[in-house]
Amino acid sequence: MNHLREKYASEIEATLAKYPPDHKRAAAMPLLYLAQREYGYVTKQALIEISEILDVPPTEIGQLVGFYTLYYDEPGGKYRIQVCTDLPCALRGAEEFLEQLCENLGIQVGETTPDGLITVEKVMCLAGCDRAPLFQVQTAEGITYHENQSVESAMKLVRTWQSNP
Amino acid sequence: MKRPYLLLRHRDIPDLNDLTVYRQNGGFEAFRKAVTSLQPQEVVEIVKASGLRGRGGAGFPTGLKWSFIDNKNWPHYVVANADESEPGTFKDREIMEGNPFQFLEGLMIASYAVQANVAYVYLRGEFWQLAHQLDRRIQQLHNAGLLGDRLFGTDYSLRIFTHLGAGAYICGEETALLESLEGKLGQPRLRPPFPPAVGLFGKPTIVNNVETLANVPLIIERGADWYRSFGTEKSPGVKIFCLSGRVNRPGNYELPLGTTFRELIFEHGKGILGGKQIKAIMAAGASSALIVADERALDTPMDYESVPALGAQLGSASIIVIDETVSMDWLIRKTIHFFQHESCGKCTPCREGTYWMKHIIDRIHRGQANQNDVELLYDVASQIRGKCLCALGEFSTEAVLSALERFPQDFAARVAQQEPAL
Ligand SMILES: Cc1cc2nc3c(=O)[nH]c(=O)nc-3n(C[C@H](O)[C@H](O)[C@H](O)COP(=O)(O)O)c2cc1C
Ligand code: SF4
Ligand code: FES
Repeated sequence: MNHLREKYASEIEATLAKYPPDHKRAAAMPLLYLAQREYGYVTKQALIEISEILDVPPTEIGQLVGFYTLYYDEPGGKYRIQVCTDLPCALRGAEEFLEQLCENLGIQVGETTPDGLITVEKVMCLAGCDRAPLFQVQTAEGITYHENQSVESAMKLVRTWQSNP
Repeated sequence: MKRPYLLLRHRDIPDLNDLTVYRQNGGFEAFRKAVTSLQPQEVVEIVKASGLRGRGGAGFPTGLKWSFIDNKNWPHYVVANADESEPGTFKDREIMEGNPFQFLEGLMIASYAVQANVAYVYLRGEFWQLAHQLDRRIQQLHNAGLLGDRLFGTDYSLRIFTHLGAGAYICGEETALLESLEGKLGQPRLRPPFPPAVGLFGKPTIVNNVETLANVPLIIERGADWYRSFGTEKSPGVKIFCLSGRVNRPGNYELPLGTTFRELIFEHGKGILGGKQIKAIMAAGASSALIVADERALDTPMDYESVPALGAQLGSASIIVIDETVSMDWLIRKTIHFFQHESCGKCTPCREGTYWMKHIIDRIHRGQANQNDVELLYDVASQIRGKCLCALGEFSTEAVLSALERFPQDFAARVAQQEPAL
């Protein structure tokens, strides 16, 4: 049985309808997002299910997970805080911001808090360089932006997650 | 008197991202005019005559690109490039948030001009919220009869779909973008053939940047001559300059092409943070050569001809301002790490070259290098040039080579502090 296909039949159909019928493979990226929403990360099982839906070998779907940074093949924190420390943001204090944020959370970049709630990562330019420091928060559901941040405002957000995990 | 905005019109007109408001302000009249009273070829000619050049970085004439579409092979596609990932670039996002319908209308006119019945908007994965907003707006256009079958009672039909990338700078390169849209690894294609001959799903395809497309409704509505009244002879029109780095007021500034760096940085951007001295300018984001910010450079007009005369490029006009507090070895370490991370790995000079540059600059940064390493870095960067499949390879060397050539003292100071490595 193909869990994704059964549970999300109409959504998958709508996704496939965006592309020509003989180019179903184009739906691979949207389906990887769907798998991530369902399973939290792209599991082996998800690769097989997507490969069945699209008639593409699972290894080729797996390669996409390795190539694109927003797909994960292992679980992380429920909230991934992704701080931009690219050049324009670094010129406006982003590296110090990241360091202090990690200190406050008691973890290093790339690590997850012991309760499994938060992973902190540093990422490349997010197209918000005039509003540094900024980060995005990636969850299984999607991505939201948080701009013009301070350590205080970021920790305030963290506390809302902690009190409502 | 202040000039009204042409692209960032939402700054003049509240709630312009509401379809009703957009239509009250003349929205979709240009699209209606094109579909009901102009031949596709006439639309192409008007855009050609306007002199509009691509705003995604390369500055290629837009109407000319459209005229290259292969009319012997069907169907045709138009793809809007909303990947916006060059460090220092944040204009397409503001357009799509604040003035999304003008962008969509431009995409629709472009589609009509090359007789595409399906268009895609390829957004970087980080623009997840934005993609969902666009989906709702596209649905509104369907409901309003502006998208769908037999538009305005003609034979022309059009659908638009969004497609989310998933974090890869290289997917902004148009052929990598098309690969990604086909569900493959985002790696550039060998060219020729170019997309107007063989593009998406093997069919003739036009790829245009979001900002490029946002210009199109105004050009169709008010004409090529009107558009040419802005900007310079060879770089007509207005441009959104993304100002970032060590300035007091970073942000997007819509100004005529040909505005000087000085006006952008010191009038609009209100000068350098903390009253410090300006040191250098990057005009095309992290892909830029470093321009020494002397009086002559500051008085240079920002257009597609004048910036190259300074040994740099205008690119997508992502102006990163560097002041005296910044050392160039620190700066190129940031850009090298970026390109090493973003190299798609398809060709050896770029993949290996960026890896070696990273290795060397990290050693310099750790204080374990001498002058030979600085020369080695120059050598490795020079070796990458001219040998790569796509422009990312060259981009990775621009800041490095120009920093070493134009700011040697920063590196000399860095290695002088150190014991020679054994
Ligand atoms: C490495 C690389 C990254 C690029 N990134 C973008 C981008 O994020 N957005 C964009 O519009 N063009 C980008 N381009 C340019 C595109 O390849 C292409 O020239 C452009 O989308 C064409 O549209 P235009 O003619 O309207 O500018 C990039 C090019 C390269 C080589
Ligand atoms: S130059 Fe770099 S990014 Fe471009 S195709 Fe080659 S390896 Fe990929
Ligand atoms: S450099 Fe951080 S958003 Fe652009």
